[in-house]
Amino acid sequence: MRASTATSKSILLEYIIKRRWLGNGLLILVGLFAVYRLAVELINNPILFFQQVINGLQLGFVYALIALGYTMVYGIVRLINFAHGDVFMVGAFISFYGVTRLQLHTWVSSVFPSFPPVAAQIIGAVTVVLLAMVTCSVLAFTIERVAYKPLRNAPRISALITAIGVSFFLEYFGALSFVFSPNFITYKRPFDVTTWYLNKGGIASLQSGQAIPPGSVIFSNIFVIIVISSILLMLALQYIVRNTKVGKAMRAAAYDKPTARLMGINVDGIISVTFGIGAAFAGAAGMLYAIAFPQVFFWMGIIPGLKAFVAAVLGGIGSIPGAFVGALIMGQAEVLSAAYISTPMRDAIAFSILIIVLLIRPTGIFGEPTREKA
Amino acid sequence: MKSRVLLSFVLLVTLVLAACQPAAPTEAPAAEQPTKAPAAEQPTEAPAAEQPASTEPIKIAMLVPLSGPVPTFGVSTRDGGMLAVEEWNAKGGVLGRKIEAVVEDSQCTPDPAVNAANKVIDTDKVKYIVGETCSSASIPVSEIAEEKGIVQISPTSTNPTVTTKADGTAKKFVFRACFIDPFQGLAMAKFATEKGYKTAFIMLDQGNDYVRGLAEAFEKSFTELGGKIVGKETYTSQDTDFSAILTKVAESKAEVLYLPDYYNIVNLVGAQAKEKGVTAVMMGGDGWDSADLDLKAADGGFFSNHYSPEDTRPIVQDWVKNYNAKFGSTPDALATLAYDATNILLASIEKAGVDDPVKVAEAMASIEWEGVSGKITFDEQHNPIKSAAVLQVKDGKVSFVASVAP
Repeated sequence: MRASTATSKSILLEYIIKRRWLGNGLLILVGLFAVYRLAVELINNPILFFQQVINGLQLGFVYALIALGYTMVYGIVRLINFAHGDVFMVGAFISFYGVTRLQLHTWVSSVFPSFPPVAAQIIGAVTVVLLAMVTCSVLAFTIERVAYKPLRNAPRISALITAIGVSFFLEYFGALSFVFSPNFITYKRPFDVTTWYLNKGGIASLQSGQAIPPGSVIFSNIFVIIVISSILLMLALQYIVRNTKVGKAMRAAAYDKPTARLMGINVDGIISVTFGIGAAFAGAAGMLYAIAFPQVFFWMGIIPGLKAFVAAVLGGIGSIPGAFVGALIMGQAEVLSAAYISTPMRDAIAFSILIIVLLIRPTGIFGEPTREKA
Repeated sequence: MKSRVLLSFVLLVTLVLAACQPAAPTEAPAAEQPTKAPAAEQPTEAPAAEQPASTEPIKIAMLVPLSGPVPTFGVSTRDGGMLAVEEWNAKGGVLGRKIEAVVEDSQCTPDPAVNAANKVIDTDKVKYIVGETCSSASIPVSEIAEEKGIVQISPTSTNPTVTTKADGTAKKFVFRACFIDPFQGLAMAKFATEKGYKTAFIMLDQGNDYVRGLAEAFEKSFTELGGKIVGKETYTSQDTDFSAILTKVAESKAEVLYLPDYYNIVNLVGAQAKEKGVTAVMMGGDGWDSADLDLKAADGGFFSNHYSPEDTRPIVQDWVKNYNAKFGSTPDALATLAYDATNILLASIEKAGVDDPVKVAEAMASIEWEGVSGKITFDEQHNPIKSAAVLQVKDGKVSFVASVAP
């Protein structure tokens, strides 16, 4: 009698372990607790909650632009390009020099003084973004040719280690005083910051020194710029990948490289183009990030780069909409944990999300299970 | 399965990379103003005289970091100290004897500092030391000074253990000329209360001892003075996005935002605070004192410092004028504190009346000296009791506002 109880107990235990009830149960509990916390805060002070969500969106959209580069490169060559975060840093520095040294953001109004000022400012800013994007593309193209292409047929781990090496190279090369600088540099925004508040009475701009009227959420022109430019860039990317010849070739190369080559696609060229496009997005992200958090520094790419990578894995690495959604989730997770749990724990929570997602769904939210390839 | 192995590897690498990122190099305050000083001539070391004759010059040693991580600190400290020595010599020296300064490079690092201290004590027979600049180097030097009975006064080392033993009592022969970190928090709390502010929000980097020391002192003093701390948030030195905290600051309607961190964090927080509708007045400590402080982001903010060249007291104006005439630049806090430290040392020798470290240390403990950085007396821990200068960032420049007495 006793023996049979023990057996049934151990069978039950085995069953629990086999079905991973303990792990999953814990995860569900943690998830429920997080949802409960957020719901309580939402009911207690919905305005503050929405304000924090807006803060998170601003961060999330920048991460999305970086995450795209990770996901595109992974999709086509199965390489985690750790140097991507540092390409992002280079983009921020290039835009810094474009604004402070070359005064590129004011070229329209100095060449054509009669041009409407708002349009002149937009064209000037777009010029700086383009400069950063093109420089980063050229840089990534060079990195790909010099460091990754010779390792195309080497084990994947070699390419990964090389990527880490390139990352360190870019950081410490940038830290040299004749390249960028080893110091923190304050980034001069190319325009003045305006903040608006939105409440039941409508939208109005917040004067400097004015307290926020009760019951209203605020957002700045920086938020608007980041959201609009991120969405535009993302739509452009979607168009390139879905509707152009290059995009088709990219998708074909991602699906099956040998067959794509047989069909007359220059696979190496397409890989270089992919690196270039990803880096262009990182360059734009670098500028937007530096505008939002106005300081450039040679290590500034590490943490945003890693978080964008987590976002890409979270969304399903290789999937472009996945990177976008993953980045938005990361932005929210970071800001909401800073707001409602603990600021020093924000990174710990952000990286825990990576672990949890990999445990439950190793392929990420939008990821497809790996196909077996011949 | 393969992809899972790869991903776990990548995850590992990710975490290692995240952990490896070194803390952002924070610079100690006042490091930015480059002193354009021509290298002051190092006095040639006279052969050690064995018989003490009353006409022999009195030797003092200056242990300063002329190489190593912070050479600009050393140059400022040396120049400030040398100027004091020159002024005393012009007046006829101390106890009727000339003063001779022995300058040694102690590199802001324990080992070279110990070697330099042993060299000046054993070879040059020096009985009085001004230095070191950095706490990490001053601490081992203070052990030697205490053991060998040599008077040491550090101009700028803020760590409490420079002048205190493990049991909390003061080292008999060791003094400092700067106030220790918590005093700045107290001074700012006093200043904020005098301005009529009742509520404050504190932001601090939990991992930085300097920031935490100031923040804790501010919190304690502000509460004691009748103010209310309406919020306290921590961040890490690698954070760049402060939106979540600043939204809370705006929500709390605090009148003061106390942020006693270095200028790089102040630049980031200040720029973002304006976007988030924060109306609180920012306040901080001497970590703000840098040429790289973003004056637009920190506009309207106040910070405490050791001294201000704009202070109207005649002694300050004379000092700024003399230093400028000799070195062609405005003296920074390091030069000023070195000048004060050297003056206090020489005045203590004068007060003691004999060239004897034991008597000089006793005289110094009870001295009252009107220095550039304020009227100085020493407390039981050999920390100076003196006032702090409060500076305001306004319309693109930093100006002196008030002097806060302890």
